[in-house]
Amino acid sequence: MNRLVFLPLLLLLFITGCPDNTSHSRAVFMLLDTSGTYTAELEKAQSIINYLLGTLQPGDSLAVARIDTGSFSEKDIIKKVTFDGRPSVANEQKRAFRQAVDDFIKQVKPSSYTDITGGVLQAVEFLTETGAGKKDILIYSDMEEELKKGYVRDFPIQMAGVKVVALNVTKLRQDIVDPRKYMNRLEVWKKKVEDGGGSWKVVNDLERLEKLLAD
Amino acid sequence: MNLLSLSNASPWQLPLIISLFLIFLYLARRPFHQGLRALGRTLSNGLRLSSRSVLLAEREMQKRNRDVLMTEGLIQVERELEREFQRVETIVNRDLQAYPAFHRKLSELLHQVDENYRNSSELPPTPPAWVSTIEAVANIPDTADGGVAAVLEEIRKTLERHHQTAMEEYRKATAVRHGILQKTQPGWRQLTDTLEKVNHSITGLKERASLIDKCIQQYQDIRSGSDLAEQRLSTSAMTQFAISALVMMIAIGGAVINFNLIALPMSEMVGGGSYIGAYKTSNVAALVIILVEASMGLFLMESLRITRLFPLISTMEERPRLRMVWISFSILAILAGVESALAFMRDQIAADMEMLRQSLTGMEAAVRTSRSLIPTIGQMVLGFILPFALTFIAIPLESFVHSSRTVVGRFCTWALRALAFILRLLASISHHLFQVLITIYDIAIFPLLWVEEKIRRPAKEPAPPNDNPKLATPKKEKS
Repeated sequence: MNRLVFLPLLLLLFITGCPDNTSHSRAVFMLLDTSGTYTAELEKAQSIINYLLGTLQPGDSLAVARIDTGSFSEKDIIKKVTFDGRPSVANEQKRAFRQAVDDFIKQVKPSSYTDITGGVLQAVEFLTETGAGKKDILIYSDMEEELKKGYVRDFPIQMAGVKVVALNVTKLRQDIVDPRKYMNRLEVWKKKVEDGGGSWKVVNDLERLEKLLAD
Repeated sequence: MNLLSLSNASPWQLPLIISLFLIFLYLARRPFHQGLRALGRTLSNGLRLSSRSVLLAEREMQKRNRDVLMTEGLIQVERELEREFQRVETIVNRDLQAYPAFHRKLSELLHQVDENYRNSSELPPTPPAWVSTIEAVANIPDTADGGVAAVLEEIRKTLERHHQTAMEEYRKATAVRHGILQKTQPGWRQLTDTLEKVNHSITGLKERASLIDKCIQQYQDIRSGSDLAEQRLSTSAMTQFAISALVMMIAIGGAVINFNLIALPMSEMVGGGSYIGAYKTSNVAALVIILVEASMGLFLMESLRITRLFPLISTMEERPRLRMVWISFSILAILAGVESALAFMRDQIAADMEMLRQSLTGMEAAVRTSRSLIPTIGQMVLGFILPFALTFIAIPLESFVHSSRTVVGRFCTWALRALAFILRLLASISHHLFQVLITIYDIAIFPLLWVEEKIRRPAKEPAPPNDNPKLATPKKEKS
């Protein structure tokens, strides 16, 4: 009898005595550049979002936001969701998410400025709130920031534990003339991210989407 | 003094230093030898002692293995005997318990057959009393008298008529007897059947008795602790271990399939995003369900007395034991039903996920047309059957547990024996290593040793054939 009581107690002690406080969920925040030159590239972004919807598991979070003149705003978030634990409900959420993104891309209008830093700040805020164990920011942009007069973005950003992936960083006309400008642009962003405690990666080959979320 | 300072020394200094060093080595020779020998002895003895104690442990282990093997063998034979006696009891209860009824039936049948036989016995027809008179008249000589001839003719006719009547009566009586004998025929058949039944029962008992004899012989062999019995049991344990391990691996494969069948739908019940430790709660829950099924199967087998891993269950009284059979079977059936439902749900979720995946890649229409009920039914049937199939894991598990005691014990014995050998080898190596060191030391100072030998033994005197003075043969003095 004592043994019968002892064994479940031991099991309970084992389960509760070694708590694993690490979160196993993943949160992804994707920023879509809607500046004039880049709007044409947005259709490609749909396949990336579809890939994310197919890859993310119940309990994970996903948000898609646009980069426009002032991106540090809740209004720029196109859709955000934390997938339900039940796979059937999560599937429905994914369908709704896909529809929202499709609708957005159909009616998107180009913005005058490109506030990437504001979008990144918004993303960090969202990712921190989710409490996810793995945090990713995907920036679908040429990484050329153009701020409206008066917008202040030259300050360090705290990005500890956040992985930033720059996607489809297209070369601009001036980059073709002087490739150093392209390299400098990427280097500046890399420094900014790594100074904030995050990690930086560039993925231009959209045929290999599995690299996106690879650790 | 380092090598650099030696190389800077003047030409006469170096030989002097080497000579002094050799003299020092020569003087320190005896204590150095003693020290090396003592060290070698200590190390060697320590290793030998360790080897000895490991060997003792190995013998103890061997004894324990033998005891375990014999005890297991005894238990096995006892169980076989118990089963044989149970079968004998069944035969006795089923067939021989009704023997008095058989006997009465046989007596009745025999009595009836006997009576019928008596009734059917042939009785010769009694000749009528006047036949002798007729015979006397018939013997009267024929004297050609017409009257006598007429009388005789009349007598012949009467005799023929009488003969005909008698023959008819005889035929009728024979037909009646045949009728009686015909009625006896089923009785004979019944008698033969009854005797065959008895014969069958007796033959079955004889077979059981010969098997019991064999078991008793084995039991006696094991009790006497004969090497043959030990060898047989050991081989049997090895075979059992290998077979049960193989069957258990197959069963584990079944359990893995079962796990995959219910892990996904469990996430629908307990949530796919929660974790216990590093594992998904849904996976843990699926595993727990499978383990509970295996436990219930184990209890079912125990309470059916097919396996005997838990003495408490096998020694239970009949009523609670039967209750336990029904409880464990009911829980197993409920869990099998749950698994079947989960398998159905899994199919639905998997189809939904596949549809979503296809729609994300733009192939929605193709999926909707390729749905079939066969995989769904197949998964549901599999989900229902696998828990019951897992029940039988209790049988190889029992064999594995019992045989592993012997096999692991034997493996430990081999390991201990190997360790003892290695220790012994190291002891020998260390002993000879120190001897070699002493020899190398002597080689380093061999000029001084040579001088010493020359001084001790003058050149004129031939060296004795043996260093030991006690063994040296004394020289005969010339008178």
